[in-house]
Amino acid sequence: MPATNPITHRLRQGCQTMAFPDGPPPALPDRHGGALRVEAAKCAEGCNACVPVCPTQAITREPGKPVALDLGKCIFCAACVEACPTKAITQTGNHQMAVRRREDLLLGKSGGEELRLAVALDEKLKKLFGRSLRLRQVSAGGCNACESDVNVLGTIGWDLSRFGIQFVASPRHADGLLITGAVSRNMELALRKTYDAVPSPKIVIAVGACAIAGGPFIGHPQVLNGASSVVPVDLFIPGCPPHPLTILDGLLRLLGRLD
Amino acid sequence: MDSRRKIFVPDAMNSICKFLLMGNGSSVPWADVPEWPAAEFVAATAAELERGGRLCAWFGVPENSATRLVAVIAFDSENTLAVGRSAPTTKSYPSLTLRHPQAHMFEREVWEQHGLVPEGHPWLKPVRRQDGGHPAVGQFFRVDGGEIHEVSVGPVHAGIIEPGHFRFQCNGEEVLYLEIALGYQHRGVEEAVAGGPHRATMSQMETAAGDTTIGHATAYATNLESLAGTEAPLRAQWLRSIALELERLANHTGDLGALANDVAFLPTASACGKIRGDFLNLTAMICGNRFGRGIVRPGGCKRDLEPERAAQLLAKLRVALAEVNQAAEWLWDSNSARARFEFTGTVSSRQAAEIGLVGVAARASGLVRDVRFDHPAGWHRFAPVPVAVWPGGDVFARARVRWLEIQRSGKFLEEQLVAPPDGENFNAPGSPAADAFAVALVEGWRGEVCHAALTDAAGAFRRYKIVDASFHNWLGLEMAMRGQAISDFPICNKSFNLSYCGVDL
Repeated sequence: MPATNPITHRLRQGCQTMAFPDGPPPALPDRHGGALRVEAAKCAEGCNACVPVCPTQAITREPGKPVALDLGKCIFCAACVEACPTKAITQTGNHQMAVRRREDLLLGKSGGEELRLAVALDEKLKKLFGRSLRLRQVSAGGCNACESDVNVLGTIGWDLSRFGIQFVASPRHADGLLITGAVSRNMELALRKTYDAVPSPKIVIAVGACAIAGGPFIGHPQVLNGASSVVPVDLFIPGCPPHPLTILDGLLRLLGRLD
Repeated sequence: MDSRRKIFVPDAMNSICKFLLMGNGSSVPWADVPEWPAAEFVAATAAELERGGRLCAWFGVPENSATRLVAVIAFDSENTLAVGRSAPTTKSYPSLTLRHPQAHMFEREVWEQHGLVPEGHPWLKPVRRQDGGHPAVGQFFRVDGGEIHEVSVGPVHAGIIEPGHFRFQCNGEEVLYLEIALGYQHRGVEEAVAGGPHRATMSQMETAAGDTTIGHATAYATNLESLAGTEAPLRAQWLRSIALELERLANHTGDLGALANDVAFLPTASACGKIRGDFLNLTAMICGNRFGRGIVRPGGCKRDLEPERAAQLLAKLRVALAEVNQAAEWLWDSNSARARFEFTGTVSSRQAAEIGLVGVAARASGLVRDVRFDHPAGWHRFAPVPVAVWPGGDVFARARVRWLEIQRSGKFLEEQLVAPPDGENFNAPGSPAADAFAVALVEGWRGEVCHAALTDAAGAFRRYKIVDASFHNWLGLEMAMRGQAISDFPICNKSFNLSYCGVDL
């Protein structure tokens, strides 16, 4: 009885959706490392070992100033962690990385060693979107990794729709955009038009190093170094690509659905 | 140590082939590459293709104010690559496309990048509008008639997918002609590599087509190694082959699920969506990143797979393979799903050969071509993989080839994970040789990934050419849609599942 086979098998398998956020989150891969922590106070005098090893120019150290790491530009290769002789840059293992303001990803200064996690939307928007958020995804120079790991949230393990969050086919049906990619010049107009087609009030979520600051393509004349160059961004989710758990955490955080 | 590998070339072949012969993953002095005046070079290239060659790459190298044309041709049955070049040329040359349609996109690209006009080219327009612009603006092939209508889709599509523009000429439901305009994802990858390698270059290779991170990273690393006259240690070659097959497993599984989804066969769709993630998590066990970023580096691998980790990976792999086996069985057992796949979007083997298809799409049209088998490099020299072929040329065949490859990649991994070679997995390569030319082919999950590198007098990159499998294969999707109902576009598209950014670069 081949026709019933998948159905009976499916019944045997039961529910495969993870317990998170009611239960604990799934573990990150042990070599993932999570968000970075930067304690500029630990930097050796005159040391800038981390600066030249960073492929995306995310780390700067001006003479006489503390080291600064921009987690928005970071692709999490951990070359700086390996290069640092004083353990001023370390991995936290934390998957939570979404922020509301671009400057909340700048690490280094005293009091700013770690990123400042996103706060929820204001009450009015939370009332509108908190239990039903429809997003239009736009890839504008993305490499299909961020896109894939956004897609993964729709699979049975993550089941994004249980939170009332769905990706829709038309910007007219959407409450906001989720943008990936460095925003290539050739996609600028399409992105702008898609944004304009979303009815207000609307939100914009930038996923991945490219959409935040250009990623590995930062500074190329063919790209605009991220979504903020074209539209106002309400949530930044770092990574290359961000782990699906990091993306989900960001979405739920924005909607005020995480305690 | 000079590892510019001497390859065995039968005398008979040497006398026929005027091009310089080289092996996959090797380099040669640029001065040794034979050159012809442009028109004779086109004729010589055509002759090579006519005696069984296949065009892997055709590109320009600027020299003073002129451009040299370069051809990399694969002789699959002889496990040999052949390379030739033209003298510096300006303005125009006689089009190769007229005799060999597989050159069609390459000639458009050379025209766009260097301004050389291929005289007689049937459809000369930009490939990616790399000077900025809108790929959907401009001339499209049009069918005229009272009953004809045009359907225009994209760049922004309905799903979570990269942007591209599709222009259909339809008579009712029937698609008479499809033309695809890409370029929206152009990030300037090739241009940025010039003068390098720079510190961002490795990351740019890993994201050239981000779902083929291992494929492109391996091709790039192999080029830098052969230019430096070294090879990655065996243990690194082993680990690269494991990462490459994990990449194939994840993507093929995702594609089977996506195909099932598009014919509303949800059991396989939902199962494969999850299992694909399980395969990505196996890659993440190696390096922490689900797409394999950070594994491959010039000189070897940055990560190692210790015995305990390999054992854990193998145990999880077996679970995922059993699950994908089950999910695929449901699909093949479902007559209604199979009926939607069969005789949909057919590309004949003659068409496939003419337009130069590679990878899954080529093998599903009955062409026996697989870089791992035809041009083995790295670990595949010691661990051969059989070529999975299906003759139909339709959506069913492309799904079937994926399924065969899932099984074979699974078997490969089960064998290899328990038999790692000892030793180091990283050996820093020296500086690249000056004025040298290197080619590396890798069978990525979509098909052939070709990287060609040319260094200048200082050993820096003078020209770096990337050809993703998708560059050959988008035309295959256009052919597959001819005479097809437009409602079948989604499954035809999924059955190719080509890269946008891999073409746009």
